[in-house]
Amino acid sequence: MKNVYLHSAVSISAQNTFDSDGFLEDMKPISGSTVPAQYPNYKDFIAPMASRRMATGVKMGVSAASKALYNAQLTQPDAIITGTGMGCIEDTEKFLNSIIGNAEEFLTPTAFIQSTHNTVGAQIALGLKCKAYNNTYVHAALSFESALLDAQLLLQQEEAKHVLVGGVDELGTEIISHVRHMEDANTNGIQVPFGEGASFFVVSSEAKAIQLVDMDICSTASENTIQQKLNGFLNNNEVQASDIDVLIAGRNGDVFDPYYDSISTLFKNPTELHYKHLIGEFYTASSFSLWTAFRILNRQHIPKPLIYKGETKSKISTILLYNQFKGRDHSFILLKR
Amino acid sequence: MTELRQELKEKIIEQLNLEEFTVADIADDDALFGDGLGLDSIDALELIVMLDKDYGIQLTDPKEGKEIFKSVAVLADYITDKRAK
Repeated sequence: MKNVYLHSAVSISAQNTFDSDGFLEDMKPISGSTVPAQYPNYKDFIAPMASRRMATGVKMGVSAASKALYNAQLTQPDAIITGTGMGCIEDTEKFLNSIIGNAEEFLTPTAFIQSTHNTVGAQIALGLKCKAYNNTYVHAALSFESALLDAQLLLQQEEAKHVLVGGVDELGTEIISHVRHMEDANTNGIQVPFGEGASFFVVSSEAKAIQLVDMDICSTASENTIQQKLNGFLNNNEVQASDIDVLIAGRNGDVFDPYYDSISTLFKNPTELHYKHLIGEFYTASSFSLWTAFRILNRQHIPKPLIYKGETKSKISTILLYNQFKGRDHSFILLKR
Repeated sequence: MTELRQELKEKIIEQLNLEEFTVADIADDDALFGDGLGLDSIDALELIVMLDKDYGIQLTDPKEGKEIFKSVAVLADYITDKRAK
């Protein structure tokens, strides 16, 4: 089987991650109930006549994908795979409100056409005139991971050489505020703002510095069995817990954070990072952690705002990403330089 | 008539989200489709719904649309004519 390497990583988030060449020493924790992303200048990536029909998530996805391809010096990928938890919720809300507001009459096509979950992948393909394999995964907090897993399989089995893969979610306006109210009514609820963003990557079987060693996902696990699952994952990849230089955990301050504590106890003196206090919580937030890991391995530097606990090591070779959402949808991603 | 043309230009820009255009950019006789504003078939559907919703005019013959959506001036004439009947 072929190995899988990361060739580029681009992220649009609540921090200035898209344009910044530096590595975000100035990242600041965000506050509020919902926090939008810092949007790039879309005109640099999307023609005005095309962008006029695109909602926030589509614009973020197309721009991030375009820059990821550019950074990887690739014009046509062999596959385009996206993951999204809520899809194009902005246009879905618009269309449903229009149905109610107009008593099921006078329905216009644009919001309906653009409201499907695969709009981002489709618009990327249309922009590139790319007729290659195109798939979108909608599996809640495993949406991005499912897309990445598909990319990994395509590359390992030599069905593709370069794959564009990404995760994207937009806030929308109404459903998110109802969910936020429900979350705030629960004292053990999510303690970071709800956010949005798009992170895209070019993964390839062509060797480069940073390798996606392996990944694993599972829907359910207890705080005890998650340790066993991680040990099994590391054993399968012939990696010892002591080999992990950095653990990037998807902590969001809710009652399910003990899952991260449980994982953390397996490592001695780990450098543990967190990121959802900087970008917010959303179904594909974990794609930001892959972007973060790519940057850390490339630059051998960890910005202070990311550190949850532990000391920064002088040489960073192996990073483990772990995310879960409300005790479900667990994912491990292992990277090496 | 001038008011209606102005109103139509505003509605077209808003309805079709033509962020790059202002009312002043659209001449009364500019072609809405093709080389003019560059609208497409999805925009045509949006305009048909706008005619029905805002002016109570239902287009039953698709061939009719090709003619009446030629320009803002033609569209305004068509609406005025229909209203008079």
